[in-house]
Amino acid sequence: MASMEMSRSLPRSRRDPEGRTPRQDKFSVLLPTYNERENLPLIVWLLVKSFTESGINYEIIIIDDGSPDGTREVAEQLEKIYGSDKILLRPREKKLGLGTAYIHGMKHATGNYIIIMDADLSHHPKFIPEFIRKQKEGNFDIVSGTRYKGNGGVYGWDLKRKIISRGANFITQILLRPGASDLTGSFRLYRKEVLQKLIEKCVSKGYVFQMEMIVRARQLNYTVGEVPISFVDRVYGESKLGGNEIVSFLKGLLTLFATT
Amino acid sequence: MTKLAQWLWGLALLGSTWAALTMGPTLGLELPLTCREVLWPLPAYLLVTIGCFALGTVGYRVATFHDCEDAALELQTQIQEARADLARKGLRF
Repeated sequence: MASMEMSRSLPRSRRDPEGRTPRQDKFSVLLPTYNERENLPLIVWLLVKSFTESGINYEIIIIDDGSPDGTREVAEQLEKIYGSDKILLRPREKKLGLGTAYIHGMKHATGNYIIIMDADLSHHPKFIPEFIRKQKEGNFDIVSGTRYKGNGGVYGWDLKRKIISRGANFITQILLRPGASDLTGSFRLYRKEVLQKLIEKCVSKGYVFQMEMIVRARQLNYTVGEVPISFVDRVYGESKLGGNEIVSFLKGLLTLFATT
Repeated sequence: MTKLAQWLWGLALLGSTWAALTMGPTLGLELPLTCREVLWPLPAYLLVTIGCFALGTVGYRVATFHDCEDAALELQTQIQEARADLARKGLRF
């Protein structure tokens, strides 16, 4: 809790307008949501729990793309419960895609680090303090959660899904030699300026967007650290990985192969 | 240089070396027959070996893919805890 004592002892005039004392880090979590009425309160509760238990300065930015199921109403309730300095609602009118959601969210982020993650409880906030520790340890520009190394893993995948996942990752490693074991993962910590720079350069969508971020990062000589995470897939049963997604993944992969 | 360009360069280099060595007599290079007998089918052998290695690696990784049972259980417990706590704080689900 040293950081909290520091902020109390410094006179108010010394604090910057975003509520950060010099040398104190703030972490902005970007949560793009679409029809996450059930999961949103739970993920926010887990995030608040993780951050307060570790004494980390944070904010959660919820970017809802006009969900028809009432996600926005739930988000408003959460804002009342936890405070509008911790829960920022920055919704959009309709489903506009992940890249633009990040851009939109970052415009309102007052943290110097950005955490991106899924809002469907497949990513557990308990790993965030480990990401932060890893980032400090190696002064990394990006820390990526990996399901494929250390004691990282998944829950809820059948054999077919595992084969597709490992197979795709193998081909990706051979073709792109990216220096990171889990390219399609979307549970990451970025320095804010790094994320801004990378989003400008990335052109792909979906899984390939996350891959392209890491590939471009390596091109720009940014450093990437990894932390094993567990991915609890409760959605796989409903949304099987279809032929379409595999085809667009391969197309995206080959495009990256030929252009980077 | 793009990854594709690197691959094409690498393959061109290896390919031309192999071609030069196997077409020895035509290009004035003389190698013992045993060498040439091995060299000639080498690309095919390499392809098969690489294919087996790839299958083996993916198979091994699938077999050792960590199943996070405890993570799932922990999440279930925490979901219950979260719902109770949020209800206390006034959230209407």
